[in-house]
Amino acid sequence: MQSLILTTATRLLVALLLVFSIYALLRGHNLPGGGFIGGLIGATAFILYTIATSVREARTALRVDPANVAMLGVGVAGLSGLVAGFVGQPFFTGQWLFLFRNGDSYLPLSTVLVFDIGVYMAVFGGILTLVFALEQEI
Amino acid sequence: MELLLAITIGVLVATSVYLMLDRNVLRFLFGLVLLSNAVNLLIFGAGRLTAGAPPLIDAGAYAPASVVANALPQALVLTAIVIGFGLLAFALALVYRTYMTLGTVNSDEMRVAEPMDGQDLDTGRLGLGKPDPAQPASGREAGI
Amino acid sequence: MADDYPKVDRVMGGPSGWISIGFPAVLFLYFLGLLPQIAQAPQVHGIDWVPSLGIRLSVLLDGLSMTFALLITGIGTAVTLYSARYLGQHPDYPRFVCYLLMFMVGMLGLVLSDNLIALFVFWEITTIASYLLIGFNADSAKSRRSALQALLVTGTGGLAMLGGMIILGTVAGTFELSQILTMGDMIRTHPWYMGILLLFLAGAFTKSAQVPFHFWLPNAMAAPTPVSAYLHSATMVKAGVFLMARMNPSLGGTDAWFWILTLFGGVTAVFASVMAMRQTDIKQVLAYTTLMALGTLTMFIGAGTHYAIMAGMTFLVVHSLYKAALFLMIGIVDHATGTREATVLGGLSKVMPLTGLAAALAALSMAGVPPMVGFIGKEFMYKAGLGLGGLGAFWVTVMAFAASVMMFAVGGIVALKPFRGNLRPTPHAPHEGPWPMLAGPLVLGALSLMFGLLPGVLGHYLVGPATHAVYGEVRTVHLYLWGGFNTALLLSLLTFVAGWLIYRRHEAIRARLAAFEARSPIDFDAGWDRLLEGFKGFAAWQAALIQNGSLQRYMAVTFTTFVALVGATYVLRGAFTAGVSLSTESVHPIQWTVLALICAGSLLVVWTHSRMTAVAAMGVVGIGVALIFIMFSAPDVAITQLLVEVLVVVLVSLVMLRLPYLPRRSRASWRPGHALIAAGTGLVTTFLMISVLAGDFDRRLTTYFEATSYPEAHGRNIVNVILVDFRTLDTFGEIAVVVMAAIAAFALLRGAAPAKRDTEEM
Repeated sequence: MQSLILTTATRLLVALLLVFSIYALLRGHNLPGGGFIGGLIGATAFILYTIATSVREARTALRVDPANVAMLGVGVAGLSGLVAGFVGQPFFTGQWLFLFRNGDSYLPLSTVLVFDIGVYMAVFGGILTLVFALEQEI
Repeated sequence: MELLLAITIGVLVATSVYLMLDRNVLRFLFGLVLLSNAVNLLIFGAGRLTAGAPPLIDAGAYAPASVVANALPQALVLTAIVIGFGLLAFALALVYRTYMTLGTVNSDEMRVAEPMDGQDLDTGRLGLGKPDPAQPASGREAGI
Repeated sequence: MADDYPKVDRVMGGPSGWISIGFPAVLFLYFLGLLPQIAQAPQVHGIDWVPSLGIRLSVLLDGLSMTFALLITGIGTAVTLYSARYLGQHPDYPRFVCYLLMFMVGMLGLVLSDNLIALFVFWEITTIASYLLIGFNADSAKSRRSALQALLVTGTGGLAMLGGMIILGTVAGTFELSQILTMGDMIRTHPWYMGILLLFLAGAFTKSAQVPFHFWLPNAMAAPTPVSAYLHSATMVKAGVFLMARMNPSLGGTDAWFWILTLFGGVTAVFASVMAMRQTDIKQVLAYTTLMALGTLTMFIGAGTHYAIMAGMTFLVVHSLYKAALFLMIGIVDHATGTREATVLGGLSKVMPLTGLAAALAALSMAGVPPMVGFIGKEFMYKAGLGLGGLGAFWVTVMAFAASVMMFAVGGIVALKPFRGNLRPTPHAPHEGPWPMLAGPLVLGALSLMFGLLPGVLGHYLVGPATHAVYGEVRTVHLYLWGGFNTALLLSLLTFVAGWLIYRRHEAIRARLAAFEARSPIDFDAGWDRLLEGFKGFAAWQAALIQNGSLQRYMAVTFTTFVALVGATYVLRGAFTAGVSLSTESVHPIQWTVLALICAGSLLVVWTHSRMTAVAAMGVVGIGVALIFIMFSAPDVAITQLLVEVLVVVLVSLVMLRLPYLPRRSRASWRPGHALIAAGTGLVTTFLMISVLAGDFDRRLTTYFEATSYPEAHGRNIVNVILVDFRTLDTFGEIAVVVMAAIAAFALLRGAAPAKRDTEEM
């Protein structure tokens, strides 16, 4: 589909959507959002790009094969569960690290966040694998 | 509201079942989409409806201040939606591939795996595939 | 089969060979070291395996398990040594070693296990190993058939036995054999005793090839000779005998036990000895004499007196020694001459003197000639038979006599005839076997002689403790070679005379039997085939009935079943009244509108024959559902639903570009029957929902999540915390499913289109 308006608007929208998807992922633990929603938004961004341009260009823009992203995501999620094993707790017990603690504000890092990133990658990569395959083969 | 929701779910289920009983696999797929919506609503509704109180904990608090919506069915439905999407996408690919290979979207005409009359079922001896007249099956005939 | 494969250059099978010889040899020495200790008192050791089900990996070391362990590892050493030379150059020899060691571990576990469930697991390991070993020459259809037959027969019996074990465990309250064996009186009077007994015997009789389950054993001779020697004569087939012996203290001693075991055992022994006379292939002759031995053992365990058990245990050791030696011997002969036909072989002692010596020692023991240990076994069997009361004494003695006569004659056929007389022409020029293959038969033959001369050693260390374990109480066991002039000795002499007469005339007898068999309508092996054909026919009929290939039929059956079962529950339990009080008063107009939109959208999908309208209508439904999520405080779900709805529309539109149009709506496309099913399903679902809503609501889990979400999981969005922290494993599985669906769809789509494009271009 060649539409000047869509192509131009897409360039702007894709960047915004991708940033927003990361935002949704990161804030997900405390406000609506999370890996599933972030991944869906991210995938939507690339689908929009695909519709505006072509699968080939979308693949080039993504740089990596979405199937690899998806499988890596499942791997990352699984590995995040193994961390608990090192401190003798059951598989997938959340491990937390609070950095830069200053009064009530701090930077929380956790295996839970890593897991959510894995979910993001799995959903993002899985859906793009599907859509690219459908777009390309049909 | 609960009663109306129950009726709506009933209508959704009835329409999706009718669609899933169609020969045309595309209509079957439409039924699948509606059915997953119906089931998601069912699970969501079974956890009771609470208006205007999302399951979030206010900043500074350690637990929800007042009664908030049931978070458990929400979590279940959220993953169910994504899984349902995966299922639909796979089914779509399957229908497409079937159409490309067999040239039909009519489920009654897809007879490769399950022939209608059962004639092509393997009637050979168990474990040896089709009977081979050159290969006697009984141990005695063959000699040991 | 000895030479028709491409050879691999290995000395004694290479590393696999040395491992396979070392493993049983070391274990044999270990068990030998334990022997004096175990002869005094049994031991039990163990660790918990599945504590919640009462399954332990425990070891019961008593006379019975020690005797078996020594036979398994001792004969195992002889067999692995033999195989390293016999099969060491076979390209698949390492695979063979794997199976053989797997079997050895299974068999040792079986005899040493103190837990019934663990015993079953090991029992099945031996079944599977036996399947793999019989089918070792997988290129041959006959091997595969024999392997499958053995697997199915023994596997079915094993399942029956598992049922018996579970009932027994329930009755006894424990799966530990060491405890069950002390509860004999309680178990024997329990109303379920008969069921337990029959299920156990189904397992034992199939494994130990009692008539009418015997047919798999002669077919199992398709396995390489060392396997026949090891599994199908000396060890595995004795697992059934072992089980009966093991269970004797808790299941034995009743009339049912006595008559079932002695009848089946006796019939098997005599039937097998007649069949043995019929065969010309010496390996088949040996297979049938193994059946005969198994029948005899079953009969004596059934007889159950102290003397009978002692005779049985003695014969168990005796038989393992001579039978393994004879099988290994015939392997050497086959290797050297290229044939195993009794009618062809003759005069081999001139070129194969050591093989002949081993064969002679083993066959003398089999024939029960003094001073071999076989004589002691036979004497004690007669004494035990005569010592029984009434009809039992007559039956057991006659059957034992008949079997012994045949064993004498068969001993002549397998060991005397091939080696005596003039050397006859054979496919290969015969030569003496190599030492690794001769060592086993010679040592086993020598042991048969040694135990005959020193019966006290055998009695004190093996037979005595084993008899104690089987009989359940300690009594003196005294084995001796010379018991003075008595009825048993008279019977022995009669045995020799009758056996010799039969041996002299065995070729005429064989011809008679072959003629009789040709006319006989009874053929177990063909019957087995008919049984399998019947099963397959039934399966095909049933599949055609239930699974006729119509998707519509499957769906209709599924939904009708749902309506019938859930609906019936409603009618019967009177749940129709539930939920009538649910009010519709406080429903906001927006909510009315959204619900009406959802209903209208779904009906439109059914109504329309335009694909685009259908997709749009589905979009309306999806967004309506998302609105409900928003209205009732589920922001995360609503966002997900909206995004997915967008994707669904995109994907469905994409695919539909390539698919044909929906058929136009017509009078014929209206399906009232399906509409009825659909309406029923919808109605039942509505009532289901109403009664769920009217019922009590258990909010404990949600309350827990709400209370711990922030303090313990450091998250304020409870839904997300449930997804990524409380229920992580579920979510993990779900993302794995999404990725798998994506990859599967990707694989499906790959290469689907080009073919289409080609046809379009042409």
